[in-house]
Order: sequence, then structure tokens, then C-alpha cells
Amino acid sequence: MSVVPNSLPTNPLPRQNQIAAGQPSPSTATALAKRLKTTFEGLISDPAEFRGEITVKVSDIQRIREICSFARKELGFDYLVDITSLDNYGEDPRFTLVYHLYGYGHWQYLRLKADLSEEIGEAPTVIEVWRSADWHEREIYDMMGIRFKGHPDLRRILMWEGYPYFPLRKDFPLAGRPSDMPEVAFTQPAPLAGGPFVTVAGGKDTISREPRVRIPDTDALQMNARLERRPDIKAAHGEAHGPGPIEPKKPGSKNG
Amino acid sequence: MAELREIEVPDAAARVSQACELPTRAATGAEDVADLPSEKMVLNMGPSHPATHGVLRIVLELDGEIITKATPDIGYLHRGDEKIAENMTYTQFIPYTDRLDYLAPLANNVAYVLAVEKLMGLDKQLPPRCQFIRVICCELARVSSHLLGLGSYAMDVGAMTVFLHTFTEREKIYNLCESLTGARFTTSYTRVGGLARDLPPGWTDQCRKFCNEVVANIDETEILLSRNRIFVDRTQGVGIVSKPDAIDYGLSGPNLRGSGVEHDLRKTQPYLVYGQLKFEVPVGSTGDCYDRYLVRLEEMRQSVGLIHQCLDQLPTGPVNVADGKVVLPPKDRVLTRMEELIHHFINVTQGVNAPPGEIYFGHENPKGELGFYINSKGGGTPYRLKIRSPSFVNLSILPRLLPGHMVSDVVAVLGSFDFVMGECDR
Repeated sequence: MSVVPNSLPTNPLPRQNQIAAGQPSPSTATALAKRLKTTFEGLISDPAEFRGEITVKVSDIQRIREICSFARKELGFDYLVDITSLDNYGEDPRFTLVYHLYGYGHWQYLRLKADLSEEIGEAPTVIEVWRSADWHEREIYDMMGIRFKGHPDLRRILMWEGYPYFPLRKDFPLAGRPSDMPEVAFTQPAPLAGGPFVTVAGGKDTISREPRVRIPDTDALQMNARLERRPDIKAAHGEAHGPGPIEPKKPGSKNG
Repeated sequence: MAELREIEVPDAAARVSQACELPTRAATGAEDVADLPSEKMVLNMGPSHPATHGVLRIVLELDGEIITKATPDIGYLHRGDEKIAENMTYTQFIPYTDRLDYLAPLANNVAYVLAVEKLMGLDKQLPPRCQFIRVICCELARVSSHLLGLGSYAMDVGAMTVFLHTFTEREKIYNLCESLTGARFTTSYTRVGGLARDLPPGWTDQCRKFCNEVVANIDETEILLSRNRIFVDRTQGVGIVSKPDAIDYGLSGPNLRGSGVEHDLRKTQPYLVYGQLKFEVPVGSTGDCYDRYLVRLEEMRQSVGLIHQCLDQLPTGPVNVADGKVVLPPKDRVLTRMEELIHHFINVTQGVNAPPGEIYFGHENPKGELGFYINSKGGGTPYRLKIRSPSFVNLSILPRLLPGHMVSDVVAVLGSFDFVMGECDR
């Protein structure tokens, strides 16, 4: 009895193609950037080069879609590598969107940058140009709070629905802020609750939760006094944050 | 004589079905049953499911057994790596890259330090020995990642033996990693401007021995799978990604090449010494699950060839750039000389001094293009570090790809995409 299926090709190996080795040449990317500049006169800055990469600034974010559309159709940038965002905290405009484009025809990278003020906080989506923009834009919305006009499904993607903050903003503290988890996730106490490595929803924040900053009973009062002496730490983390007064454990308590 | 009565069914599903019981053909006398109203079922898959390879959750909307809508839900492994990176020096972030694609930590280490070195303008000064060792690391990681990918994929579609076969070989790679870096998974082997340490004595021979053994294992895997009726039936013609779709959705790595796009960053943007080495890039033709499997299988053979070439050509010499302001000076000099002591102190406390500027570096990782975008305002800490992870982008095609498939095909499609949630969620 034969186990070899009839429908199989005789040679199941994929076809192999030798891609000619190439070296990225900045001049070609510069030429493409210059074409972009001549087409959108006044919108695109001169291409700037750093470490062999070409960056152009777009002065009006609201027209990013037509620029991207042109870059894809006419300049051959058919692969959207990435969209990301910067928070220039303390400056105006506050945000910068960064688009990384790449073309499979010419193997050139191009970076588009466009500023966005906090008051507007909204940029046009480029999802019609590249489908892959979908999740990138959702991530930017999730992490930085920038909205995308025309995005069909602008929901949070990494954090949960209903999370109130935008964690990659510079004014969000590294240790996080306490926030409520949706109640459905925690109807009963979790096993091991109260243990040293267990996160309690809506409980204390990271600083007081982490084992390495937990204070033995006798040190608790001392620690509170020390925190009172360092208002800068408490202020920097905002009122929702900070270890707060640490209560000494009651003798005979089970946890800890 | 026992009394006949209807049995009460207390469970919720049965109650619902009774409440909206459809009129049968006999009752209505209608011929046309196609118009009968039917309900779509919502099925939750994951986040803890053996076939979702981690914590991916997919909400499937089903019409019978056919998927009509698929909504992936990610983020269960989100650790805020990008936020963390903004708050530590470049060198301190290296251990975090181990945990991105935790099936190929060595490749992540290399990708990350190459990005930092590009920002610092060091990439042309790297000693040849360092570059060759880094290529060996990347290719070992690729073999290891594909071995796991193939093994678990075969197990997902019903072939247990392959899993045991590939894991035997993978274990040998981890032994090599252990003697090379001191750790099996959390390698953290690279440093900005070089490596944590040179190859241990006898390592090249062990590596060569492994390369010879793994080729036989890959051949066996191919015999077990490539013409296996069940495997072929479950993968051929399933999960077809067309070439325009693959480009439009930004796929990269073997998933992109499986759809017939001839692109490999090692060829098109050659970094390290890939430009001097001979290897071929396998490309699929139809873009189905079977093609992606074949591409990975062939990539492993090419990787073994690359490791052989590197071991043959491995030059002697230092593994770190000779700049005390970038790499840590040798310990004996730190303890005896003032200048080295200062360099050591500044390097450890403030980090390497990167110039202001921004770079993007894309690296051909086993899973696809792992990119780091670093925006620096100068100093030892990035102002913004964005990780462009291949798994994140590769998964975004699921809502387009899954509808029209059977529920059981989800397993085949997910396995063929070979994603890792550690780098998807970051």
C-alpha cells in the first residue's frame, strides 16, 4: 500500500531564487524623497541624512494620507514597516508620528515624520494605503492616545478596554498608576492571593507591591517617615501614586 | 406500566434551543428550508490553548463549522518593554531583548546591539571575529526557532514524533548556548561594540558536530512530514496568503517568502558579514501553510551551511571594538589604571554616550523583520525605543485570513505562522 498521495508535486522543495546582494545606496532614497518634495511643494522638507537613512518632515499631518498614497503608488514604497510616535513632552507640538516605508522594488527605506499638537490629537489613518497600518495605529492610540480619523476599529490593543491612561506618554510614571481591572476577571480571590509575587487588582501599586521594596514590620514606620522627608518623590509620581503610608503588619496576621 | 413523560433538560443551551425552536418542515409544510433563520456562534479560543502558542486569544464567529469572522485579542503578555527602555541605559536593556522572541534570544541580542551600534556609528568598526560569531549566533537561533516551530506545528496537526525529533536537536543547541553564554535561554550574549565573551575552548568543534547531526535530523523530519498524507491534507491549500496580501499586511520573514516575495534582509540590506557568505533564500509559490513549512525547512539547511562557512573562515583577533568608552575595559586594567577605571565607572553608571539622532535597524530574525527604532537626544538612555516585532505584524493578517476556513484549520494556520507572543505583546 502506498502512502504517497497522488496530488503531491514531484519535487516538494520550494523554488530557490538567488537574490542579488545589494548595498543600500542613500542616493536613491534621496532621489525618491526629492520626487516626493517636488510633488508636494511646500509640504515636504529637504531630505536629511543620518547614518545612511533618509528622513523627510511633513509639515501638515492632515495630508499624510495623500502623501503616503503617492509614495506607495508612484514611488514604489509598498511595504509599511512601522508607524510609531514620539512624545516631545514640554514642547509644542507635543507629538510626532514617524512612518517607516520600504519598497520591495528598490530596497530603500524612507522615514516620514509629522508633528501633531495635543489639542488636535488626531491624524488621518493610512489604512487605505497599507492594511498593516491597522494594528500600528491601534497601538499608537493605545500607548500614546493619538486618534486616527477614519480608522474602522480604533480600540485599545495591548492594554485592556477601559484602561484610563496612555502609558508611553512621558508624564506617565514608569511604576504605573493604579487602575481598576474589569470586575469579571476577579470574582473570587485568586489562589496564592497575598503571596509575594501575586498582583492584586485595584490593590497597591507596583512600588509597594514589589517584594524588593517591601519593608519588614519594624522598618515600616521608619520608611513612612523617610517618605515624608522626600516630597519630591511623591510629587513626581503624582497624587495617585507613591507608596503612601505603609501600615505595620499586625502581629499574628497570616499573609506575609 | 411506566408513565411516559418528557425528560426535563436543565442546561442552559438546551433551554435556549427549546425556547426558539424552529418550525420544522412538517409543521409549516414549506419546501424551502434554506431560508430558515440560523444563529452564528461565537467561540472563544485561547488565551490559554495549546495551539495558540502562548497567550493569543481569538474570538471566532462561526456559521456551523465555517469561520465568518475572527478577532484576535492580544496584549496578555504586555510588559511595557518600550517604556522600560526609556528608563535605563542601552546596555541594561540587553537582557530584556532575550525575552522578546524567547525562542531565539541570541538573534534578538544581535539585532538590538546592531541597532545601538548603528546609532553610534560603530557598525563599520566591529572586529571581524565579532561579526562572524554574531552570524553564528543568529543562525543557531534560526535553526533552534525553526526546529521548535516545526515540531510544535507538526504536533498541532497531529504528528507527535516530529516534535520529539526536533526537540532532541534543539536541546543540543541549548547546550551550545549554555557553554557559550552561561545560560540556556536568557543569553544576553552581545554587548554594544562586541560580545560578552569570546568562544570557549573547543566550542567550534562542538558546533561543527552539532551541524553535522542536525542535517540528518532535518532530513528525517522531511521524510516524516513532507509526503505525509495527513500533514499534506491539513496544510496544502489551507491558509493561502496571496503575494499582494502578504505585502499589504506587512508580513516578513518566512511568512512573506512563503507567499513568493523574494526578500531577505540578509541579502537586500547586508549587515555583519552576510555579504561575503554564500546562501540561498527559499521562496514559496502558493503561499499556503505547506509552503511556509517548506521555506522554514530549507532555511534551516541554509543556516547550517552559513554556520559551517563561518566556522571555516572564523578569524582570530579581538571580539570587542578597541574603544574604552564603549565596551568595558579588561578587569585587570580597571583595577590598576586610572583611565580604565574612569571608563568603567562612566560606562556602568551613565551608559555609552550615544549621539543625538534617530535610526531604524531591521534585522532578519527567525520570525521576520525585527526592527528597532531608536530616537536619541544624546547620552546613555534612548529617548524613545520602538520595537517593530515581526509576530505583531504577522498576526494582524488573521482577521483577513481566517474567515472561510474550518475551525480545525485555525490550528494549522496559526502553527504555520510561527509567532511568539513575547515579542508580539512586548
